[in-house]
Amino acid sequence: MTTQPLETPLAAPRPPRRTARFPLGRVGLWIFVGLACFLSVIPFYLMFVWASLPGEQIFAVPPHLWFGDAFVGNFQKMMTATDNYALRQFWNSLYIASLSTVTTLFFCSLAGFAFAMYDFRGKGYLFGFILVTMLIPPLVMDIPSFLVMNNVLHWIGTPRTLWVPGMANAFGIFLMRQYIVSALPKSLIEAARLDGATEFGIYMKVVLPLIRPILATLGVVTFVGSWNNFKGALIMRLSEDSTMTLPLSLRRITGGAANINADWGATLMMVVLTVIPLLILFLFASRQVISGLTSGAVKD
Amino acid sequence: MQERVPLPTSPPRQRRRWSYTRFQQRFAPYIFTSPFFVLFLIFGLFPLGFSLFLAFHLWNPLDGLGNWEYVGWENFQLALGARDQFWVALKNTVWIGLLSGVPQHLVALPLAFVINQSLRRWQGSISTILFLPYITNAVAITIVFGMLYSENLGLLNYALSAVGLGPVRWLALPELVPVSVAAVVFWRYVGWNVILYLSGLQAISEDVYEAATVDGASSAQKFFYITLPLLRPMMFYAFTLTIVGNMQLFEEPFIMVGQAGGSGGAALTSAMHIYNVAFRDLDMGYGSAMAWLLFLAIFVLSMVNNYLFSRGGGRQ
Repeated sequence: MTTQPLETPLAAPRPPRRTARFPLGRVGLWIFVGLACFLSVIPFYLMFVWASLPGEQIFAVPPHLWFGDAFVGNFQKMMTATDNYALRQFWNSLYIASLSTVTTLFFCSLAGFAFAMYDFRGKGYLFGFILVTMLIPPLVMDIPSFLVMNNVLHWIGTPRTLWVPGMANAFGIFLMRQYIVSALPKSLIEAARLDGATEFGIYMKVVLPLIRPILATLGVVTFVGSWNNFKGALIMRLSEDSTMTLPLSLRRITGGAANINADWGATLMMVVLTVIPLLILFLFASRQVISGLTSGAVKD
Repeated sequence: MQERVPLPTSPPRQRRRWSYTRFQQRFAPYIFTSPFFVLFLIFGLFPLGFSLFLAFHLWNPLDGLGNWEYVGWENFQLALGARDQFWVALKNTVWIGLLSGVPQHLVALPLAFVINQSLRRWQGSISTILFLPYITNAVAITIVFGMLYSENLGLLNYALSAVGLGPVRWLALPELVPVSVAAVVFWRYVGWNVILYLSGLQAISEDVYEAATVDGASSAQKFFYITLPLLRPMMFYAFTLTIVGNMQLFEEPFIMVGQAGGSGGAALTSAMHIYNVAFRDLDMGYGSAMAWLLFLAIFVLSMVNNYLFSRGGGRQ
């Protein structure tokens, strides 16, 4: 009988720790990740530094990499360069993005609630249809939606061209349905119904308060998407000084990114103005948005 | 045995035909979901049909509805022929898409892997920082990048000249313009892909790795034999998003080098070309035809992606 020494689990050698085997491994790791983080942040830093420098110093050699004192001066330049319409344009962007967000949250959660909590004839087909519409690339819709706005509804140049079509969208309904199915039990609805609530009352008083996390996710996504909608505003001709949104105004004030003769102090101030609301929103909701966006990503 | 008290019988159900309670319970789901279908009819289905109709017509929207001329397949022939920029723009789009898309995933995957393996404690903060570019404004950030690329005065060329390399004409050379544009796209979406991969990695059970460790697998073996195969569904999803997004690239090149696509039109993407034809030249029929051709191209590329992922992988 061969007696091979049995290795007891206790005697098994501990797997070597990577830090011990490659002393440089952990350092290299941090350099890799640190560099990625640095590169993510640096353009934002530069944007703020440049916005605080007088125009001629922005492209100075050697470059200025620390804040200057021209922040207020650049703000005034920006106002002059836009005939005092910059804040109005900021408001236009805010108005469109806010309306878009509120309506999207309402209609998508309502539909998501219906698909998650009710059994009704044709439900499978209707939901399938909504999913299929997600496959249409937005680009294919550009021309026809302009034509509907221009030749049928005569809405061209008005803000509603940007927020009305997306009020109830497939992505939002899908996101809402997924969340409500996994987070709310159907018995909750039954209980509310026995208490005499109407169906819409159940939605308002029971469902809406319970789905706040996913409302935050969809809300931020919608707001950011609308705030950044440059092509839409361009196509729908929000081109008057007073109707422009901020990204459109930004493009006009530079006259192209490579234009050396642009008023860079004014431009950078507007860049900051365009990005700040997004940064604020992000600061409050980034974790929520990240987890909400990826929660349903692998399931399809 | 305790005597059973007969339960009070429930009052006979009201059999009113038009009870409001029953009516709204029955129709609530239809009413709740109807806004989508109404909107899709007006701003989706009708326009889609209209655009397909227009693809076979010659029409300037200023002429008003009805004043279109049937031209058959002429729009498509014009696009697919050599006289137009359709192929050039499509080639540019795919090239910029590859230049930005391939590195995106080559960087994002290992980044997510090391964060998940070794930097768990910092994961929240790191992913927040990496997500930052995704949420920013394309126009604003493209302007900032344009300043970095500036030929004589940009920070990039300043850094290059500091180490003895001559200034590079980032936005002037037709060979370099696609790279410069792709870098912005790359910068904006790396973090997004890291987040996707991180959430995919977190779905992989720790037990699998432990079992592999007991069997003596190295880190590299774990990566190639466990992580990659189990991450397939997420990779498929991430690749699809990249393909569909990159094929419709518009803002970055439009702002970076202008409407015409810069020198030699090297950064004229399909979306820009369609925009120019439809909204600058007001040739709606031709624009529509090209939009449908681009849709077809996106569809084919997605199918290729789908095929590559379903082949040899067992599950998808």
